[in-house]
Amino acid sequence: MPKFVKRALLLLVVFAMLAASLCGCTGGTQSTPDESQAVSNSGSDPSAAQSGELPPVGNSVTVGIAQDLSNLDPQLAATAGIREVLFNIFEGLVKASPDGSVTPAVASDYKLSEDGATYTFTLREGVTFHNGKTVTVEDVVYSLERCAGSENDGTPLVSAFSNVSSIEASGDNQVVITLAEPSTEFINSLTAAIIPKDSGATIATDLIGTGPFQFVSYAPQDNLVMEKYDGYWNQEKAASLDKVTFKIVADENAMVVGLKSGTLDLVVHLPNTLLKEVENDFTVRQNTMNIVQALYLNNAVEPFDNEQVRQAMYYAVNVDEIIEFVCSGAGVATGTSMYPNQQQYFMPELAENYQQDVEKAKELLAQAGYPDGFSMTMTVPSNYPQHMDTAQVLIEQLKAVGINAELVPVEWQTWVDDVYRGRNYESTVCGIAADDMTAREMLVRYMSDNRKNFIAFSDAEYDDVMTRAMASTDDAEQTGLYKRAEEILNEKAASLWIQDACELAVMNPALDGFTFYRTYVIDMSVVRYK
Amino acid sequence: MGKALLKRGGLLIGTMLLVSVLAFTAFSVIPGDPTGSVLGTEATDEQIATFRAQNGLDLPVWQRYWDWLTDFVTGDFGDSYKYDMTVAELVVTQAKVTLVMAGIAFALIVAISLPLGLIAARHQGGIVDKLVTVLSQVAMSVPNFVMGIGLLFLFAVVLSWFRPEYVPIEEDLAGHLRFMVLPALAVALPKSAMTVKLLRGSILGEMGQDYIRTAYSKGNSQGSALWRHVLRNAMIPVVTFLAMAIGDIMAGSIVVEQVFGIPGLGRMLISSIGNRDYPVVQAIVVLLAAVVVGCNFLADLLYRIMDPRIDGR
Repeated sequence: MPKFVKRALLLLVVFAMLAASLCGCTGGTQSTPDESQAVSNSGSDPSAAQSGELPPVGNSVTVGIAQDLSNLDPQLAATAGIREVLFNIFEGLVKASPDGSVTPAVASDYKLSEDGATYTFTLREGVTFHNGKTVTVEDVVYSLERCAGSENDGTPLVSAFSNVSSIEASGDNQVVITLAEPSTEFINSLTAAIIPKDSGATIATDLIGTGPFQFVSYAPQDNLVMEKYDGYWNQEKAASLDKVTFKIVADENAMVVGLKSGTLDLVVHLPNTLLKEVENDFTVRQNTMNIVQALYLNNAVEPFDNEQVRQAMYYAVNVDEIIEFVCSGAGVATGTSMYPNQQQYFMPELAENYQQDVEKAKELLAQAGYPDGFSMTMTVPSNYPQHMDTAQVLIEQLKAVGINAELVPVEWQTWVDDVYRGRNYESTVCGIAADDMTAREMLVRYMSDNRKNFIAFSDAEYDDVMTRAMASTDDAEQTGLYKRAEEILNEKAASLWIQDACELAVMNPALDGFTFYRTYVIDMSVVRYK
Repeated sequence: MGKALLKRGGLLIGTMLLVSVLAFTAFSVIPGDPTGSVLGTEATDEQIATFRAQNGLDLPVWQRYWDWLTDFVTGDFGDSYKYDMTVAELVVTQAKVTLVMAGIAFALIVAISLPLGLIAARHQGGIVDKLVTVLSQVAMSVPNFVMGIGLLFLFAVVLSWFRPEYVPIEEDLAGHLRFMVLPALAVALPKSAMTVKLLRGSILGEMGQDYIRTAYSKGNSQGSALWRHVLRNAMIPVVTFLAMAIGDIMAGSIVVEQVFGIPGLGRMLISSIGNRDYPVVQAIVVLLAAVVVGCNFLADLLYRIMDPRIDGR
């Protein structure tokens, strides 16, 4: 190769590398917002056209959330983390209120037939979707049928809809839902989103609902932006903020850094252990999480199939110590599968039944045939520091009675598959919540043949009490029976019930109006600047 | 040369096939499946069965792999289970972020290592040389994530020059680039140190060669001998090293993205593994393998072009 060719080649290579490195710098800059935002609202609403303009600086809020939102289909919304954000954009025939009940939303009112099997809804006048169109009875029937599985090979998207036998329009403003089995609690599932007719295929990318906020954009692992919907039907409860950004933040420490640097205005689920970091500079509100954290025992395996062993373990542990260690004392001991916000059903006295008593625990263990204790494993989802910490304390406490527990941290999907669904475990620490906010949900899962009975608890009296409770139409009688069921879970020590854990909502001191719900909701329509 | 390249090209495709097979089988043996993250913990058996049937998860592994491969070669990367997007959309969105960072990192490596290597070699044994040698030895032995944490601590906590909040490119270009410099530096520093060492050694090696003595005897000053004769030959190993470094930069970015909370390919890869979002994981793994293997191939090619002595092998 002639000399000049080589020199030219060398130069070319050097230039190419320089150019490549420069392109690396600038390559990304050519993307326009439209390209790089994964999904964006192209709704025909006039205010969407203005979304390019920034709202006044003082009237937007950034909320830090821990989980990525992923699939935004509101009817599929599988995780609490997605539901609590979408609450602002979508509404059902009814919607959740802070006290745990539901209030009419897209429907103005409803009637339940005497036999508890037929719901008749009257649509509210003047409710519009974010695309400006008025909600019609066709939209509602379409939405409900989609929940029941019309676009999912017949498998309900919302599992409670498997109980629906028919959904029919009646006139141009009524919808009649008939259930296969009477249920007064089905109303809680009608918070399922009402979406425009035939929008199922695009709803997860082009989110059009009827809520106080309308969707602007979503970028995976980064953020979801929404802005005030001016045409909201309920002007009394219209949003005060113009723009809300839900920012996905990697971990708790990054949340604190974000709050302190002013990039985050509100974080709703912060562990109580971070209280000291934030209490001086921010408005901090403590709240119980509406879960029951417990050392869940697989009642189907030895030695946990023995009631005395379970009771012995319950006597061996000190619940208050755990609450002190994990929640700085702010959690509430439950003693059974019920959390305090279920005021009508919660029985605080049950938490008193197993005061730590190592001698008694040893005695019970000896009676059960384990005088020297035994070895066991605790399979705990490692992404929950709270449960991991609790497991550590439990392991120490159980040592005193000769029980050697080994902590087995597993990754979340493994836990779901092996422990929760597969029931292939000895014990686990986790928190159980009621998906639909009902007391029934907290209890029905421990009936022996319930598919959610992951601890494989089996007790004839319990099954009988629960069957009668669910069939009862008398509120006082039903409450009494539910309470009896709670007692059984405590007496038999179906698991070692610990606490309804505590968490913090931390906000910019300039903000006001934030309200806790008894379910997973971050209601931004009530948040405003002072 | 053509034959050798053909052989290399065949190896390249073979390697990528192997990587894709390994990634695929790894996911069929680990516990957990996507239904947990897509449908939630309370999904009914019926919902799970429907989802599995809709996504072909009920088929045997070899058949799923074959379906994936045939789609992949026709450019259909499939749909994410977790996100309501195609894998292509998702990966392109995330890759842009990582590419910006990798680009800055590469520019930094070139900008840091070339002058330092030159100065160190030129003033061999001098104070600058000693300093550069010691510093590069240190920088080389620090893993990039430790470097990231160290830089973050120094610039964000101690000096407060750096605001540890990711700025999306479409929001603020300058802010985005400003943010990206630090993570890019974390990736670039260890690589720069290696490049400096390589360049310095390479220059010194060439300096002692006969043709340089000839250059001097023709009346060249030290500077012009260095620029006109030494550097051309000394750059050969450096250029090939830098080409290979591109692959390492991409891989290093994955780790550093975790440290700085950057929503790029790396974070997507980690969270997709957690969610068992197989199509996304598969695409990212194959993409990264392609970058690494491709860069090695490029390095090989450059070497052959720049150094005719290995021609025709």
